Amino acid sequence: MDLAYSKEYEHFRATTRAFLEKHRAQFPKPYGGGRPSPEMMAWQKLLIENGYAARTIPSEYGGYGAEPDILKSRIISEEFTRAKAPMGLAGQGISMLVPTLLEVGSEEQKRKYIAPTLRGEIIWCQGYSEPGAGSDLASLQTRGIEDGNDFIINGQKIWTSTAQSADMIFCLMRTESERAKHQGISYILFSMKTPGIEVRPLKTMTGNAEFNEVFFTNVRVPQDNVVGGRGQGWFVANATLKHERGMLGDPNAANTRLQAIIDLMKEETIDGQRLMDNSVLRDRLMQLQSRVLAMQFHGLRLLTAAATGDDVGLARLIVKLEGCELNHQLAAFAIDALGELGVLYHDSPHLRANGFWQRAYMFDLGLIIGGGTAQIQKNIIAERGLGMPREPKLAKD
Amino acid sequence: MEFALDQDQKMMQESVNRTLDRVCPLDRVRKAADANEPAADVWSALVELGMPGLLIPEQFGGVGLKLLDAALVSEAIGRHVAPVPFIASCVMAPLALLRAGSPAQQSNWLPKLASGEITAGVAISEQVAGARDGAGVAAHNGKLSGKAMFVLDFDDAELFVVADRENNLHLVNANSPGIAESPLTTIDLTRTVGELSFENVDAEPLAQSDALIAMRDAGWIMLAADTLGAGWQMIEKAVEYSKDRKQFDRVIGSFQAVKHLCAEMAAELEPGRSLVWYAAHAFDAIPGDASLSAAHAKSYLGEIGRFVARTSTEVHGGIGITDLLGLHFWFKRIGLNRQLLGGPERVRHLAAVMQGFAAA
Repeated sequence: MDLAYSKEYEHFRATTRAFLEKHRAQFPKPYGGGRPSPEMMAWQKLLIENGYAARTIPSEYGGYGAEPDILKSRIISEEFTRAKAPMGLAGQGISMLVPTLLEVGSEEQKRKYIAPTLRGEIIWCQGYSEPGAGSDLASLQTRGIEDGNDFIINGQKIWTSTAQSADMIFCLMRTESERAKHQGISYILFSMKTPGIEVRPLKTMTGNAEFNEVFFTNVRVPQDNVVGGRGQGWFVANATLKHERGMLGDPNAANTRLQAIIDLMKEETIDGQRLMDNSVLRDRLMQLQSRVLAMQFHGLRLLTAAATGDDVGLARLIVKLEGCELNHQLAAFAIDALGELGVLYHDSPHLRANGFWQRAYMFDLGLIIGGGTAQIQKNIIAERGLGMPREPKLAKD
Repeated sequence: MEFALDQDQKMMQESVNRTLDRVCPLDRVRKAADANEPAADVWSALVELGMPGLLIPEQFGGVGLKLLDAALVSEAIGRHVAPVPFIASCVMAPLALLRAGSPAQQSNWLPKLASGEITAGVAISEQVAGARDGAGVAAHNGKLSGKAMFVLDFDDAELFVVADRENNLHLVNANSPGIAESPLTTIDLTRTVGELSFENVDAEPLAQSDALIAMRDAGWIMLAADTLGAGWQMIEKAVEYSKDRKQFDRVIGSFQAVKHLCAEMAAELEPGRSLVWYAAHAFDAIPGDASLSAAHAKSYLGEIGRFVARTSTEVHGGIGITDLLGLHFWFKRIGLNRQLLGGPERVRHLAAVMQGFAAA
């Protein structure tokens, strides 16, 4: 157990800090998804050149080309947070498609898509879920019927974030209808400007349309756009889902929220009494602090294990479940602490934090459900982590 | 940066677990609990491994390891619900002597503690968890009067470390005239807890220092680690049982209702391991974080421990609540750990005080 960083890493931290200090004037507004601003794209270019974005992507594909070093990635994220500097571009193209192409894409696909995606020139959306295929994703029904060298695609996707501004989609569809469920799926890339695609915004309980529905009517796409071979889509997609699950449980987000709640409880008063002086609220705050600390140290443990290749068994499987739940509980507590003010929303007078806590409370429920529901996570923990038996299949009538 | 156990630590914990697997099976626990006495043979086996001298420097016959090592041992002891005096005798009392003992006091007591020749009890409950039923100890001209409750590792102790109402610490020989000992019988019969009455009892003061805080923090961490070990054992027992027990022509472990209970226990308890590791590491290496992380380890494991204890019992169904199965030894161990040295609410209040969020 040694929580100090070695000289090499301290040097790396100092370099990162100096870089951010020098370029403070160029910080763009944080990236909120969709089409990046010119300032954001310039920032992204600068970050890639200096190894603070696309760090481990090979330089021949437009990345920085460093060896993976999880501690350096951690230091970058810590220093950016500290300097309040916006991280580089994120989104489903960079965090999910690029790693997938690197793993299973053809050379041509890698050359064509990775670099412009990293630069923010191609924005992607993900076409996985369907109205009838959520947790049981492999039962998806969107079909690509072979027609010469093309597929003709018909069907519907849902929960497609950024579809309105996306240039391209990576999409799962059934192309081999005669094969068993998991073997009949292909993973295919195509332009969102292809004729026959209709995007309808899907407004959620937050009042915003964070998602969309996407309808395909006779959309013609070349078969060459399949990634990883026809019928291999399920296995290709699982490579990507792995990346998504890691992404959804960030313990630093919980710590940021906790600090914001501490500030709020010191500043806000009810009947002239600081919220912090209410012993019931304070006890709830302390309970959440226990959880935030536990998950933070748990994150350090996983970080070390990832760097050393140690097997931590079940420890990694709980992160999505516990992390999303904790963030949600933090938002719920902030609302409770604010009392009646906690229900103000939209652009109401007396609104606190621009309505962040209510929006987070509602949006986070979506995160608990999306990317593998809490119940699916519990199945995974029980079956893969604890070695419990799978549910027996129901006999077919 | 390395947040992990090293090879020596893993091997040490494995060897304690292996020894306890051998000398402390359920039958042995039951026998000790029937008498509410420490298990002398289990204690001897731990003495042979050098456990009493874990934190005591070599010059006094110990091995001079750190609190994280002690936490790993406590976890193994909790896992086996071992009826041995560990938390007070092998951790808190040696720490008091090391932090606040004079050279004479150290050379008088530490070698005897390190060799396992004697054990020590710790009486600080009133100053940490609060005074009940008129308890509290007053010191006057080197003599103690009053009473101390919830004295840890009570049975057979030859030395007591006692906190008075002013938070000063004293060493008291158990054979001193004027002491009356009466055991307190808790739900958990694998450990002994008691009450001491003092009437003008000779005591040797320890130096003014942070030793009481250190004993409290270390005690919190050890209790948390004991619950971590006992809790994981309860999860493993539940999982094992669920793979064996059949109802509706299926093993019950294939029902999602049962699987999800087990997954929830594991998902809630496992981050507690990192919290215990961090708190124990901070105790020696990051003093500024030591008390707060110890408080969080204690209260978090107290809360999650209760959830695991009841849920594991529930997964076992009716057999879970029988004496015959013996699962209740773990259930009760976790229950005692939760309350000793302050329940979660009290400890969280202290955590708030430490951060300036509340007045003491």
